[in-house]
Amino acid sequence: MAAYFASLNPQALWNAAPGGLAQGLIWGIMALGVYLTFRILNFADMTCDGSFALGGATAVMLILAGWSPEAVLLISFLCGLLAGLVTGILHTVLGIPDILAGILTQISLYSINLNIMGKANQAVPAGQVTVHFTSNIRYLGQTIALTLIVDVVIVGVIYWFLGTEIGSAIRATGINQNMSRAQGINTNLMKVIALSVSNGLIALSGGILTEYQGFADVKMGQGSIVIGLAAVIIGEVLAEAILGKRLGFVLRLAFTVIGAIVYYFVYVFVLWLKFPADDMKLLTAIVVAIFLAVPYLKQIRTSSFRGLARRNAKLASKKEEK
Amino acid sequence: MLEVRNISKTFNPGTINEKKALENVSLTLQDGDFVTVIGGNGAGKSTIMNAIAGVWPVDSGQIIIDGTDVSGLSEYKRAPFLGRVFQDPMTGTAGDMQIDENMALAARRGQRRTLRWGVSNKERQQYMELLKSLDLGLEDRLTAKVGLLSGGQRQALTLLMATMKKPKVLLLDEHTAALDPKTAAKVLAATDRIVNDNHLTTLMVTHNMRDAIAHGNRLIMMSNGHIIYDVGGEDKKKLHVSDLLARFEEAGAEVSDRMALG
Repeated sequence: MAAYFASLNPQALWNAAPGGLAQGLIWGIMALGVYLTFRILNFADMTCDGSFALGGATAVMLILAGWSPEAVLLISFLCGLLAGLVTGILHTVLGIPDILAGILTQISLYSINLNIMGKANQAVPAGQVTVHFTSNIRYLGQTIALTLIVDVVIVGVIYWFLGTEIGSAIRATGINQNMSRAQGINTNLMKVIALSVSNGLIALSGGILTEYQGFADVKMGQGSIVIGLAAVIIGEVLAEAILGKRLGFVLRLAFTVIGAIVYYFVYVFVLWLKFPADDMKLLTAIVVAIFLAVPYLKQIRTSSFRGLARRNAKLASKKEEK
Repeated sequence: MLEVRNISKTFNPGTINEKKALENVSLTLQDGDFVTVIGGNGAGKSTIMNAIAGVWPVDSGQIIIDGTDVSGLSEYKRAPFLGRVFQDPMTGTAGDMQIDENMALAARRGQRRTLRWGVSNKERQQYMELLKSLDLGLEDRLTAKVGLLSGGQRQALTLLMATMKKPKVLLLDEHTAALDPKTAAKVLAATDRIVNDNHLTTLMVTHNMRDAIAHGNRLIMMSNGHIIYDVGGEDKKKLHVSDLLARFEEAGAEVSDRMALG
C-alpha cells in the first residue's frame, strides 16, 4: 500500500492537468450537441457515437489531402449535419422510434467511417502539417485558449439560436408536440433541424479531437453518448449546487462545458491513480449512473413512502413511551 | 365560415375494435355562430373536433374553412385557421416555457418562423395588457414558467393564446371539464367575453347540458357518430335540461352520469 502511494507522482498529475482541460473543452462542444437533443428536444439521440467518429474520419483524411485546418473542421461540421439529417428523416418520415433511428445511423456510420479512412485508423503525420488544436506541449496553452474561444462562441450561438422564433419552436416541440402543432409549428422539421445542428457540433468536436490527438480511429466515438450525458448531468448537478434555482439559460449551457471539463479532470486523476485504462468506460458508466441518480434520490429523501412509514413509526413509539 | 361536408371516420377498421366514430356528418357554421356540442361518451364530439383540427385525416368528406378546403392539410398547416383549447390543461401550453414565450409562439401561428428574436419587448407590453383582461394576476408573472400555474390559469392562458391571433374558427374541446366548478365558471365567462368581443365563430364541446344551453346561439347533439339534434335562435333559448334528456331517450343514446348530474 505504502509502495503504491509512494509511486504516485504529484508532479505527473500537475503535468497532466492542462491536457485534461484541453480535452474537456473539446468534449464540451460534443456535450453541447448532446444537450440540444437530450435536454431541449427530449430525444435520446444515439447517432452521436457515429457522428463523432465521422467528424474525426473526415478531418484526418482532408488533413492528409492537404486541406487547410479551418476548412477541414467546417467539412466535419457539415458531415455531422448530414448524419443528423439522416436520423431525423428515419424518425420523422419513416416513423422509426427515436432511439432505434439513432442506432441505425450510428451503425451505418461505422461502415461509412471505415470507407472514408480505408482502414480502422489514420494518423496525422506529425510535424508535416499545421493544425490549430495541437496537443504538442509547447503549444498546449494556445490550444486551450483557442478551444475556450470556440466553446464560448458556440455557447453564445446556441443561446441566440434557441431564443429566435425557430429556436422557440424547437423548444416547444421538445416540451409539448400537441401544443406546438396547434400553434402551427412543423414539429417534424424542428426535430430534423435540432438533430442536424446537434450532430454537426458533435462531428466538429470529433474533428477537433482528431487534430488534437493526431489521429482518428473508427472506434473513437464509442461510448461518446455516455461522456456527453455525463457532462450534461455533472454540469447540471454542479450548477444547481453552486447557483441554486437562479439558473439562467446561458449558465446552463456554460455548465455543460464545465461538466465536460470536470469529467476529464476526474478521468486524468483516475488514470494518475494507475487505474487501468481499459476500465475507464466502466468507471464512466458508474459516474453517470451516480449523477443521474442524485436528483432522484434527493427527491426521494424529502418525499418517500418508506420515509413516511419511518416517521410514523417513530411517532407511534414515542406515544407508547408516554 | 366553417363547412363540414359528409365526413366519415372509422377507427381500427377491419379489426375487432372497429369503431365508426363519424358517419356522413355535415355541419355548417355561419360567421359568428357560437355552437355548443353535447353527447354521451363515444358520440363523436371530440372526434369531430379532431377531424376539423386535422389530428388525423378523415376517411372521406370535406372540411372547408372560410372558402378553403383544408381536409388535405396536416394539423400544423391548418393551425393558422384555428384556435384550440383542449380538455387537459397540460395540452394547450408548453409547461417548461415562460408565459410570454408561450404567447409569442401563439402570436406567430400561421407566420413563417425566422431567426428574428422569439419575443420582443414591444410584444411583452401587449401581452401584459391582454393578461390583465383575464383578471388572474398573470400580468405580473410574464416570465414565470407556465408549469407553475394552476389548471384554471393554464386554460385561461390557452384561451387567450387561441384567440390573440383571431382564428377563423375557435375549437373548445371540453375546456372546462378538468376544472373545479368555480374556476370553470370563470373560464366560461372569459370564453363568452372573448368570443363576443372578437365576433368569433366557435364550436364548444361540453358535458354539461346547462352550460350547453346557457352559452352560444345554437346547440347540436351527437350520438353514435351522427348529429341527431340541431337547434338555434329562440328555440334554443327556451330549452331545458329535461328537453335534452328526452331527446337522448328518443335517440336511444346512452346518457352518462356526468351529463345527467352535471
